[in-house]
Formats: sequence, structure tokens, C-alpha cells
Amino acid sequence: MNKSPSVLVIGGGSTGTGIARDLAMRGLDVTLVEKGNLTHGTTGRMHGLLHSGGRYAVSDQPSAKECIVENRVLRRIAGHCVEMTGGLFVQRPEDSDEYFEKKLKGCRECGIPAEVLSAEEAREVEPYLAKDIKRAIKVPDGAIDPFRLCVANAASAVEHGARIETHSEVTDVLVEDGEVVGVEVTHQTGSGPYVHGEPGTVEEIYADYVVNATGAWAGQVGDLAGVDVEVRPSKGVMTIMNTRQVDTVVNRCRPKGDADIIVPHETTCILGTTDEEVEDPEDYPEEGWEVDLMIDTLSELVPMLKEARTIRSFWGVRPLYEPPGTGTEDPTDITREFFLLDHESRDDLPGMTSIVGGKLTTYRMMAEKISDHVCEKLGVDAECRTADVPLPGSEDFSVLRDYMDDFNLRSPIGRRSVQRLGSRADEVLGGTNPNPVVCECEAVTRAEIQDSLETAGTDLNSVRIQTRASMGNCQGAICCHRMANELAPEYDEETVRASLDDLYQERWKGERHAMWGEQLSQTALKHMLHVTTMNRDEDPATVDKDIDFAAFDDGSSEGGDASGAASDSAVADGGRRRPDDEHTGGADGDN
Amino acid sequence: MAITDDVLVVGGGIAACTAALSAAETGARVRLLAHKKSTLRQASGLVDVLGYIGDDGPFSDPFGALDSLPEDHPYHVVGEDGIRDGLRIFDEAVGDAYQGGHTDTNALVTTYGGTVKPTARYPASVAPGLTSSAEDTLLVGFEGLTDFDAPVAADHLTAAGVPFDVQGVTVRLPKSFRSDAKVTRFAKALDRDEEVSGGTVRSVLADTVAAEMDGETRVGFPAMLGDDHDEAVRDELADRLGVPVFEVPTGPPSLLGLKLEDMLFDALDDAGVRISSGNPAVDFEANDGRIETVLVDQKSRLTPYEADQIVLATGGLVGKGLDSDREHVSEPVFGCHVPHPEDRYEWSDPEAFGNHAFARFGVVPDDELRPTDEDGEPHFENLRAAGGVVGGADVAREKSASGVSLATGAVAGRLAGEEATQ
Repeated sequence: MNKSPSVLVIGGGSTGTGIARDLAMRGLDVTLVEKGNLTHGTTGRMHGLLHSGGRYAVSDQPSAKECIVENRVLRRIAGHCVEMTGGLFVQRPEDSDEYFEKKLKGCRECGIPAEVLSAEEAREVEPYLAKDIKRAIKVPDGAIDPFRLCVANAASAVEHGARIETHSEVTDVLVEDGEVVGVEVTHQTGSGPYVHGEPGTVEEIYADYVVNATGAWAGQVGDLAGVDVEVRPSKGVMTIMNTRQVDTVVNRCRPKGDADIIVPHETTCILGTTDEEVEDPEDYPEEGWEVDLMIDTLSELVPMLKEARTIRSFWGVRPLYEPPGTGTEDPTDITREFFLLDHESRDDLPGMTSIVGGKLTTYRMMAEKISDHVCEKLGVDAECRTADVPLPGSEDFSVLRDYMDDFNLRSPIGRRSVQRLGSRADEVLGGTNPNPVVCECEAVTRAEIQDSLETAGTDLNSVRIQTRASMGNCQGAICCHRMANELAPEYDEETVRASLDDLYQERWKGERHAMWGEQLSQTALKHMLHVTTMNRDEDPATVDKDIDFAAFDDGSSEGGDASGAASDSAVADGGRRRPDDEHTGGADGDN
Repeated sequence: MAITDDVLVVGGGIAACTAALSAAETGARVRLLAHKKSTLRQASGLVDVLGYIGDDGPFSDPFGALDSLPEDHPYHVVGEDGIRDGLRIFDEAVGDAYQGGHTDTNALVTTYGGTVKPTARYPASVAPGLTSSAEDTLLVGFEGLTDFDAPVAADHLTAAGVPFDVQGVTVRLPKSFRSDAKVTRFAKALDRDEEVSGGTVRSVLADTVAAEMDGETRVGFPAMLGDDHDEAVRDELADRLGVPVFEVPTGPPSLLGLKLEDMLFDALDDAGVRISSGNPAVDFEANDGRIETVLVDQKSRLTPYEADQIVLATGGLVGKGLDSDREHVSEPVFGCHVPHPEDRYEWSDPEAFGNHAFARFGVVPDDELRPTDEDGEPHFENLRAAGGVVGGADVAREKSASGVSLATGAVAGRLAGEEATQ
């Protein structure tokens, strides 16, 4: 019997998971390795725009045409990841008429449905648009959940026999006789789901072909193989609002610039973005002025943003690429097209191809192109089916029925669960009883958390991206520890604690960019709950101190032995003690 | 005509109540001006005085550590006497609903996160669970209650080195509730001892827990054992189980915090304090360095409240006694000076449990607790501040929030009352 050819895909973003699904569906033996969580790199750090192509209709028409085609495909195969909000390109009085006309013409040339709205008509769609806007173009932009999309692609790949390893970094590319034959992978906590406290292992994985789909990190993987991949990572900030100030994607209709888009996303809006080249995709400054720029500039379109509450900000790096020698100065001018770099023809290194550039909306098309290329290399004759077969969760369009009675969930919770789970709702929500709400902001129940744990191991950040738990207004103040508790009894207390600490610190990182006004009050409450009420900052199980329990009040009339405690634990501070230890009791406190 | 009092306390939390009670003791005519529900519903209901300073602690003797506090700490303004006076007012207000007043020594109480924390006063329902008492313990959690996982908490306590054996068990509540039911719903079912199959809520719960016991000499539950009839619920469970029953304080909505709020407001009634609630103080009129009236926004109409002395006890960032935007931190009612770093990224530390500047934000008191301006001069001669709105204390990490509120409330209230009744 012939064994299927094996392919190793590096990178668990939209491109990598898309490739893994595509090749697995064509019957190849696929392994995908990702150094963090799925979406760890750029996919999990974008504004979630499902492009109509309108943004590229003037500057980059080939990209625009691809976008509108894939926009339609994704609505079909990934319905549970997409919200068709519609989009507007809004012209302010100071924005050029000439560009507005070019945009309209460009959309039509690219086959993007486009309709001009008067200022009044635009404000009927979006009442909070500025009073002085001139007019707008309506296009079929939408919002897409990149986390759910990647998870669904990975799940589909697994259904077709693929192996997915997260938290598994490629630490070497294996080259034998001038050919790439596999990779060395360092599993952070062994193969399989991430589990806190488990030791790491190193594994050599051999494959007939290797695909480098690591986006902004492609240069680093290229280095391991000894080839140059000239990625030019460019960072952009995204600022998350506490609510949906708009329900439509709102773009500024002008040539290019920072802070020109607002994307409604689940319970929030995301303001974006900037475009600034960075040296290292993992180490670059994240600065307050970038957040200020989002708020100040976008409030020209939607004035209420000026005083609105943001809940966090995050930065992503675009995996921009341009062929050697192009030498574009400004990263905003670098093409958004994707490039397939066959290292055999390019660098005389057979066995590996890198894919760079591109964008989330066209991930499936990119995956198809590279899968075709890999199949050609391996002599496999198999058709791509990813444009026609819906992703897990999007198979069945009867999901809009009311799930309240089926799952004993109040309708807002049931509705939101079903929106996230799509056609998997029955399977996920059916078996858990009782099924309490774990995350109130995002209406996530225990059943969804437990479902996500099957692939997350003890990584609560993976639970978070799968379910949205802890991503709402309170940023996990109320639910971080509840999420951690869901790890028990499968995992022990020490693991629960370590997972909680990781999630709490990850949330904190992004919250710091939103700490003023209402959100600072929210932060202070979170701090009080976790520090004052739970005493997690001085947790005796974690802090390296021995507590003399006998020195404290045990409730008896004698009280504790404060003098003993002072010598053991309290006097280290050099504090002055009162000479005697008399108990000047207050009211009747004795039991 | 303006409403006129000797002392007007603006705020509705523990500091405001203490200030009002303290002022009332001087014989002054006192009014409490509360906007909305205080932050007590989010607090554990424990009353901490001082547990840690920087890396030092937990202190068994909070008073012994006072001298080590930073110079601008409000405890230095009120002194040990002020703290003791705050505790006295508290103890008198809550009576035997709270314990801990028999000693200066801190107690270590189990938190719902499974750690222990030092505190000076604790509800009577918490008392049997103190971790310095070496009684073997069974913690009970409920399947539908995600906040408190009893087996995890028990293992956590063991890792914390408590001097007793502790086990945890998760049981099914005798009655099923919707997915988003709040703890108050559980508490009511126990209050009413609702009928369920096999008996009543209390009896079935006791039977379920009894079957899990293995020689433990006390049993702890998350703090939801009844609301209006909590003592009867505890007594019946203890009676059926044959061992003391205690509660573990929880986060919001915290029944222990809400009960404390009720007790404080009852004490205000008993002390003859007038209470105006439901509307915010938004502005004021001043003349010659004195506040003459505080203006309250009553459904878009501004109502003036006149008083000889004012106590500002509107809370900190959580209670919205402090406000901020991208550049500034402010005290919104009287515009008092709140020092803060210019760069908002210095307001917090990159480490989640680090030394955050925001935790110490607040007005700067003079030696009579009057908020001062940038030059250190009091903004107004008759305005004092108490509680979270006062800066200088990192109450979260120190575990000193209630103590600072009690002490500053007691002193600000007494000074205001004495001044007004001179």
C-alpha cells in the first residue's frame, strides 16, 4: 500500500491552518506546528475586517478582486465566523471628491457592489457619524472572527487526519543532502495540548515537504534553513471599545493614512490602525500616542469615540513582503499581495516553500495556491475542495432557531452561544448540566469552556480565543478564576493556579493601554477583587514565606500570640512594636 | 430654601457611614448624602486594618507595623488612636454580627480563591473557619457555582500550609436554577427552606454534605447561606451536621458586603443621621474659602444642601470618587488636587500585582484631613475627606481598605462635628 505523502506546515495562523485543512482534505498526511497558540502571530492580532475589496479598489486592484471573490466564499463556508455588517467609506468635507469618485469607479471595476449614500442616508445607517460628513459609499464589508476561523480550519484538518501541535516551536530545519527533509520541534510541554508544569520535549519530524507559513516570522524560519526571506514586518495598533458604537464597518474615504477604520466585532468595536515598519516581530514599542491617534482621528468620523471607553489595545505585525530590490520606503506602499517563494527554484534548496504577504480575507485562496504547488511538487493529483465544503460549525443553516428551551439558557446567552458555535451548538451545549455562565460579559457557559479545553490543555488563553471568555468589559475581573476552576478536577490545584496567573497577566498587558476613565475604575475594581478580596498577590502558596498560623487570632478569647508572630514574620520590616501585648478589645467580640 | 445641617457627609460607603456616626457622637445634626449602591456589594465584608507593607507581612499585629508605613500614608494623619476609634465605632455599629474585637491580633481568613488573608474584623458566620484554629475542615462547593471550586480551594489551602487537614467536595444544589442565576437566588432558597424532592433545601443539603464528611470538625460553604435568615440557616445546618458551619467570603455580588451595608445604615438611623439617597452631588457654592452649599442633581434640578462642615467620602476609583481622563486624575465634586504622574503609562506597573501608582491616587490630606491644593494649603477650611478618596495608601496590597475608611471616617467625622457644634 502506498503511504500518503507527508507535509509539515509551520505556522498556526489563518494561512497555516488553511493549508493544513486544504492538504488534509486532499488526502495528504499533514502535521502543523505552531510556536504559540493558534492565531498566536498576526491572525490573532488584526481588526477582524472581512474585506469587500473596497479598501484596495484604487491602489491595488488585483488584491481588491481577490477580496470580493473570497468575501463571498467565506460567507458560504464560514458563516458562523462572519457577521455581514456592511461597510461604509465615509467622506468628510476636507476629503477629496476626486478620490471619492476614484473609489467608486474602482469598486465597480473590481466587481464590488458599491452604492453612494447621501450624508442623511449614511446617518440613517450609522446615527453616530459626524454631522458634517459629506457622503459615503456602501460596500459589502463584514466582520470575521479570526480565532474562530483558525480553530475551525484546524478542527477540519484534524477531522481529515491532520496532526496539530501548538506551543511547539521549530528550533531547526533539517537539511540532508541539500534538501529540506523535516524540522526539529521543541514542544513547550510535550506533544499534545499544553499542560502547565509538564516538561518540554524535542522531536524531529520528517516530511516529504515543508511549508513555511509563519508570516512575519518567515525570515526567522528561513534563517534556520539558510535562506533569506525578506519579510518587512510592519506594526499596527488596534484599540478595542467597550461597546459597538457602530454596527457597520466605517472606513475613511481618503487615499491612505493611519486610524481610518472602525470594525464592529462581537460586543465591541475595534479602531485601527497604524503602519510602521519594525525590526523584530516580537519586540517593538507599544506606545500611548498610537492609542491617542486612534481615538483622536477616528472621532472625526464618529465624535462619540472621543469620550467613549476603551477596554484594551493590542498591536499586530503585518507580514509584508516585497521582492528583493524593490526598495519601497513607506510600508504603506508595500503591496498586500502574497508571494509563494519556492526555495528550490529561488535558493536551490528543494523541499520547502515559504508563503508571505497577503491578508486574512484571502487566506483560503492563498492556501489553495500553495496546496496546488505542494501537490504538484509531490506528484499528487487532487482537487481543492475548501471553497465548497463548509467549515465545522458552518455546515447547517438551521442554527437560527431558538435554543433557549433546548439548553435551558436564557435567550441572550443561548443566542450568543449559538452565534459562536454555529452548527456545533447541539453537540457542545447538549451534555453539560448544570451549565452555569462562566463569563458574564460575553455570555460564555461552562459547556463552551469545557469544549474548548479539549484542545487547549491548560492554556486559558487558548480557551479565551476560542470562546471569548474574559474578553469583555471586565477583562476577566469576574471570570479569570472561574475559567481556571474549570480545569479541575482534571488538573491539580497547582496547575489551576499557574494557568490563572498566565491568563491574568496576559489580560493586564493589554488593559494597561486603556487605563483611564471608566476603564481605570474597572481596573481598580479588578485589582481590589484579586488583591484585596482573594489576596492573590500575597498568596502563601506562591510567595516564599512561612506563615506562623499560631500567631494569629484563632477566634478564642485568648486571641493569637502576636508577640510570637512579630519575631517570626512581622519584625523583618524593622517596625516598632508596642512594649506589651495587651488586648484592648473593642465591643463584645468573644464567641 | 436650602436643606441645612451641621455636618453633611457626601458618600454612602463604609467611610461615609463611619464619618456620619462619628460626627453624630459630637451631638451635631448630620446628613448623609449617598448617590447609589456603595461598593460594599463588591467587597468581601471583611474589615482589614493592615496586613502587609511592601514585601513584609502578613502582620499578626497591625498596630505594631504602623510606623513602617510611608510618610504620606493616611494612618500617619489619624494615628493609632484614630484607627482604634474607627474600630470602636464599627464594633458598636455592628454588635455581635462581627467578631475579632476581642484582640488586636489579625485573623487569617480563607478567601474564595483558596488563599488566606489577614483581617481585623470578620462576620460571625466566618468566625468558625479561621485558619489559625486547627480544626479539620470540609469545604463545600456547588456544581453550578463557578466562583468557588471547593476541592481546588482545599488543595490551595493545603499548599498555603494551614495547620489542619482540609478536603473539598462539590455537591449538587438541592434545587436547580437557570444558568445565569445569582447567588442571591441560592440564598433565598435556603432562607425560605423551599420544598424539594426528598425534603427541604436545608435538610437535603445537610444530608448530601453529611454523606461526604469524614471526621472533619467544621464545614465551610461559600457565603450564600441565607440572606434574611442566615443565622437560622447556619444553625440548622450545623445542628444537622453536628459540627460548626462557616462561610467563606466571596466576590460580587457579596452577600456579606450587602449585609454590612444594611447594618451600617441601621446604625445611622439609630444615631439620628438623616439620609438623602439616590442622587449625586455634582457641584458646590463657596465663599471666602468655605463651602456653603453642596448642589445635588435631582433629575436635572439642582438642589442645594447647606452645612457648616462637609465630609467628602465618595470613594476612590472604584466608587467614582475619583475620575480620570487620558491626561488627568481628578476629584469631580469639589475639584480637589489629586497628584499623579504626567504619563498615564506610569499610573500602572507592567506586572499585574506590581506597585501601581493608581492604587494610591487620591486627595492629599492636611493634619485635619482637609484636602490640600498643590501648595499644601487646604482647599476649603470646612471640607474634610475620608475613605477611598484619600490618597497615599495602597489599600489593596496593604489589606487596609476598611481600616483606612474607618479611621479617616472616624477622625474626619469627629473633627467636623466638633467644629460645627462649637
